[in-house]
Amino acid sequence: MAITAVAFYTLATITIVSAFLVIAARNPVHSVLFLILTFFTTAGLFVLMGAEFLAMLLVVVYVGAVAVLFLFVVMMLDIDFAELKRGFLSYLPLGGLIGVILVAQFLLVGSAWVSPENAARSPAEFGEGGTAEALGRILYTEYVLVFQLSGMVLFTAMIGAIVLTLRQREGVKRQNVATQVGRRRTEAVVLKDVKPGEGI
Amino acid sequence: MESYLLEYLPIVILIAIAVALGAAFILAAWVLAPRSPDPEKVSAYECGFNAFDDARMKFDVRFYLVAILFIIFDLEVAFLFPWAVTLDETGVFGFWSMMVFLGVLTVGFIYEWKKGALEWE
Amino acid sequence: MNPEISAEMVVASLRLMAPETFLAVYALFLAVLGAFVGDRGARALSTLTALVLVVAAVGSVIYAPLERTEAFNGAIVVDPLTAWAKGGLLLLAAFAVQMASVVFARDGSARFEYPLLVTLAALGMCIMIGANDLITMYLGIELNALAAYVLAAFRRDDSRSSEAGLKYFVLSAISSGLLLYGASLVYGFTGAVRFADIAAAADPDNVGLIFGLVFVLCGLAFKISAAPFHMWAPDVYEGAPAPVTAFFATASKIAGVILMARILMEPFGDLHDRWVQVISVIAGVSMIVGSLGALVQTNLRRLMAYSSIANIGYVLMALAAGSQLGVQAALLYLALYLPVTLAMFAGILALRRQGEDLERIGDLSGLARNHPFMATCFTMLLFSLAGVPPLVGFFGKLAAFQATLDAGLVVLAIVGALATVVSAAYYLRIIKVMWFDEPVARMEPAGPTLAVTLAAGTVLSFPVLVVLLGPLETAVRAMSALYGP
Repeated sequence: MAITAVAFYTLATITIVSAFLVIAARNPVHSVLFLILTFFTTAGLFVLMGAEFLAMLLVVVYVGAVAVLFLFVVMMLDIDFAELKRGFLSYLPLGGLIGVILVAQFLLVGSAWVSPENAARSPAEFGEGGTAEALGRILYTEYVLVFQLSGMVLFTAMIGAIVLTLRQREGVKRQNVATQVGRRRTEAVVLKDVKPGEGI
Repeated sequence: MESYLLEYLPIVILIAIAVALGAAFILAAWVLAPRSPDPEKVSAYECGFNAFDDARMKFDVRFYLVAILFIIFDLEVAFLFPWAVTLDETGVFGFWSMMVFLGVLTVGFIYEWKKGALEWE
Repeated sequence: MNPEISAEMVVASLRLMAPETFLAVYALFLAVLGAFVGDRGARALSTLTALVLVVAAVGSVIYAPLERTEAFNGAIVVDPLTAWAKGGLLLLAAFAVQMASVVFARDGSARFEYPLLVTLAALGMCIMIGANDLITMYLGIELNALAAYVLAAFRRDDSRSSEAGLKYFVLSAISSGLLLYGASLVYGFTGAVRFADIAAAADPDNVGLIFGLVFVLCGLAFKISAAPFHMWAPDVYEGAPAPVTAFFATASKIAGVILMARILMEPFGDLHDRWVQVISVIAGVSMIVGSLGALVQTNLRRLMAYSSIANIGYVLMALAAGSQLGVQAALLYLALYLPVTLAMFAGILALRRQGEDLERIGDLSGLARNHPFMATCFTMLLFSLAGVPPLVGFFGKLAAFQATLDAGLVVLAIVGALATVVSAAYYLRIIKVMWFDEPVARMEPAGPTLAVTLAAGTVLSFPVLVVLLGPLETAVRAMSALYGP
């Protein structure tokens, strides 16, 4: 248990510190890098709880794709972040007050926590094969509707992304594979019998 | 629990080595390298003259489109992992369930392809 | 593997969910067809989609089961209420497609993705209406919202439309976060996602559960633009293409309110004394903000946004009663309010001058002298919205106040009454501008679709409907009985 405790406190400390640095860092690129670190250590926390599949998803989807897209956006967007942050201090009292209230409420909820009988208390209870298998056993059968609906959500996202961003440009030569492949030798090459000293 | 966590020992060791190595190089450069900075040396420049503007610039939205489409398919792949490890239990039903899911996304893919979202002019 | 899951069960469930299945398959078909045909066929595909939506609406009502039936082991519930609600919203979606087809054809920006996205949004709404567990509910909301963001930003070269899409997206994403957080708390404290199981496990003294409930309610209040979660509505209503605004103002409200009613009455029916304050405050603030906000607007669409915020306030006021009577009043209110709103938007779309859409209230100046028919229609609709007695709007408000007073929420009813008085002021202001101000230049003639919608909506606002009101009330009473607290 000692190893678990040490690992937990190490990961938790790094998570909180880097989460704070996400909002405190002056350079937005650093913010995103700290965000990636936060995702990564959170994945570690999930592993400690036995939720391996979630940990893997966090690394594959968030660290691997989402955070990279974030980085891409903040690196390339022409936004003066120092300007954006200027109003920070004037919003601090109100924002701080809301934050304090939220924390108080979370403490209230945390103190009320009683584990319900029919919920799995920890991912370790899922039995052989860990969370990925436990999820796989029900997601594709019992929750088939939910699964197919997520397919529709992804489909909608695909269409939405294309509708909003795809533009056809004028005057761009496009590759047309069919004509390229369908080209014959006779159309492309002309044999000329050039007499010496005359040219074409 | 302990034996389960031991499976992650190689990753912990890897991370430890990576951190140690990275820190060692940074420290080495900091300690060993001779430094005498002056304003001219540390200023940014392009090919010998001063930088015109910020390195950040607006650029084509198409890069984002590719990234977003990548994320969507990345998520789709995430659904494949639990499916693959439990296919022996979920059987034919599970198989066709996934085929329908993939079918929906294939329709999306056809749409994408036909619209030319995958072309890079 | 769960023994209850079999191909037969899926087929039976899909048959119960025939409208949704049909729409999903049609959406996939439309995506492929559209990609091959291209935007040249946009007009034809719009008409096809409108037809499909009408067919789905009719099918939903005709094949409605007579009692509460569950599909997919209880993930979705189908009953007469959901069937009629789906029918109504699919019809509204068909109107949105057809109106847009007219509007986009005018400026040559028709694209086939529009009907496709409306279909997907409508599919999401159908799922929201039928949702019987937290996961299905969330996916329905997301499916609808994802399509809605894109629809709001559909005129991507128009900065106001892009702004509307962006604002809608950012704020809606936050509300989804709240909703999800609340849902996870509810699951954490009850160990159940099915509404019936949550109701069985719900303990009124559990702080965490109430916390989760409040988060879920905040997320839902956002989706139906109830104050204080209404900030996005005026900007989105103003910036989004007008047919999309009409869609948001009508169909989204059906889905949102029915889902809200289900959440309040089914899983948390026993917690009425816990959520009654939350809903009362949201209802009261919505009515006040909506009425006062609308007073200072000069833009017609922003005015309609505030008007819809106020009207959602009345619906929530009825729901706050937490009784069958309350649900009944809320449904009746919606059924009477939505055709009027749709007709208002059709009217706003129909009014054009020199190729420009009408935006400001001042543009209506002297409408009565140039276009007496339209001015009369508008006047009737506005009187109905204001709740003037012989028109249907009055009956909706009457039912809402009855339910509220019946539950003993006197303060809320007084706030509602005051808000009604204030709201009458701005509706009357428009009527005054139309009838007594100096006329400006004539409008261009409206297309048949818009004129018919306007006229039909106006007819629906007439007291002729008192004849229909009886059966409607009976139907609504029967349906609200399906909500078992």
